[in-house]
Amino acid sequence: MSISLEEVRHVAQLARLELDEDEVLAFQGELNALLGHFLDIQGIDVSDIDAQSHAVTMQNVWAEDFPWESLPRELALKNAKVSRAGLFVVPAIIED
Amino acid sequence: MQSYIPSIGMEVHAELATRSKMFCRCSVAFGGQPNTRTCPICLGLPGTLPVPNRAAVEMVVRTALALNCTIAMRSIFHRKNYFYPDLPKGYQVSQYGDTNPLGYGGYIEIPTSDGGVKRVGIRRVHLEEDTGKLMHLPTGESGIDYNRAGVPLMEIVSEFPPDIQNAEEAKDYLVQLRQILLYLGVCDGKMEEGSLRCEPNISVRLKGAEKLGTKTELKNLNSFKSVQLGVGYETSRQAAVLEKGEKVLQETRGWNEQKEESYLMRIKETENDYRYFPDPDLIPMVFDDAYIEGLRKSLPELPLSKSQRYEKDYGLDRKESWEFLVDPEWSRFYEEAVKLGGDPRLIRNEMVSEFAKHLNETGIPARESRVTPAHIVELTKLKKEGQITSKMGKDVFVAMVKDGRMPAQIVKESGAVQISDESQLTSIIEEVLKTHPDAVAKYKGGQVNVKGFLVGQIMRQSKGQANPEMVQDLLQKALEQA
Repeated sequence: MSISLEEVRHVAQLARLELDEDEVLAFQGELNALLGHFLDIQGIDVSDIDAQSHAVTMQNVWAEDFPWESLPRELALKNAKVSRAGLFVVPAIIED
Repeated sequence: MQSYIPSIGMEVHAELATRSKMFCRCSVAFGGQPNTRTCPICLGLPGTLPVPNRAAVEMVVRTALALNCTIAMRSIFHRKNYFYPDLPKGYQVSQYGDTNPLGYGGYIEIPTSDGGVKRVGIRRVHLEEDTGKLMHLPTGESGIDYNRAGVPLMEIVSEFPPDIQNAEEAKDYLVQLRQILLYLGVCDGKMEEGSLRCEPNISVRLKGAEKLGTKTELKNLNSFKSVQLGVGYETSRQAAVLEKGEKVLQETRGWNEQKEESYLMRIKETENDYRYFPDPDLIPMVFDDAYIEGLRKSLPELPLSKSQRYEKDYGLDRKESWEFLVDPEWSRFYEEAVKLGGDPRLIRNEMVSEFAKHLNETGIPARESRVTPAHIVELTKLKKEGQITSKMGKDVFVAMVKDGRMPAQIVKESGAVQISDESQLTSIIEEVLKTHPDAVAKYKGGQVNVKGFLVGQIMRQSKGQANPEMVQDLLQKALEQA
């Protein structure tokens, strides 16, 4: 299991990370080391274990549909770097 | 130009009619001051845990059942990862996979203009969360309102390869789907407020070709009309591109309602890029047969079945049936009136004339009006039995709207019962003929249409209470004898 330079660039692009060629190489090494651990896991015999998406055995935990009080707006906006007129303000985003 | 066949897939998003959001209990409503309906969960703050809204899950399962889907007896939520600040968490909770969505593999039946029905496959019905709203600020920045973030959103996707083959069918599909959602009470269906949104994908291929063409996705369609126009436009645009020997690109296009044309928004990201994975914060939903069957039994009669029943049992035609079915409240009113023992045809006529006019003018919904099904039934009976004329019916209606009295009582109290007594009518007629000798002379001279004028005078003299059929007969006799 190994990751190509092209895959590193693709993942970086998806994560909106700008990497120079040295960094691409460095991350390839680090990611490949990580992926190596999965090889160890793949060595375990799981043939009699069902596939599962969660580590807990609980199911069907619901909340009833009764509204609660929301945060006061000042509090909701408190962590925002910039806010104006009750809005979170961010740099212009062009969806690609 | 060669002949091209369109294939249209429909992706519809419906905001569910719950009171609170999907994974937190912030209130759900349209409009309001920005960022006044948020909490640590829907703001995606660290250390919070989402808990699914039971009512929302139930609404999606009921919709899936109404759309003849298979229900996933075990279903999980996934994270759809993307970078865009309309959701503060960096992902949208959604449902991925072919057999994981709450419902899959169903169909919807759409009435066609030839009186039949067309079946359109439904690929899946799943549950996700809505995003916040971004607006462009004059400073060039973007402002975000998270009131809508986390509102329960149901996505309904039609089957692939698509069954829909033209713009009108695309519109009809949406109309029918909206009706079903309204009757289930799971969505308010307001396209103009964005609680029901439709994103068709469109491709065309040469007639006879097996392989489907490259598809484009169309956004910003906020009315039935724009769905039909948009799909039609996109179909012709693609055919023209192919005709020039060029290729259709896989892209997302917006709809400009003023110009009535589509424009390029972006080249589409491929599906893998969202890196879906099971949301570890949300545990599986597991249903048993008893629960599903219970919900199936609780489904109301759906609009298509109602329309067929109205045609068969009530003698309405298809257009008349759908006049009632566009509004669940309106059709409920109609059915209640018919159940009270009225004549379905007369009740229909009464409702679509004075009553509809009154509701339109006042903006009052039928259920809040003082006029009940019992009022309408009694009014039609009084008219049918000849106790009041249709002109008197209008006055009775006005009185009924004003204070809610029953029609028979209004008639009794006003003393305005229809005059069907022959001697009484005869004396009125004689009086009118006496005061209009010129008219009588004209009639005798062959101007028979002057009779209409005389009928008018008689009705006026009787304050509109004279039985019109009897007046016709008696006047005829009187003129012949004069």
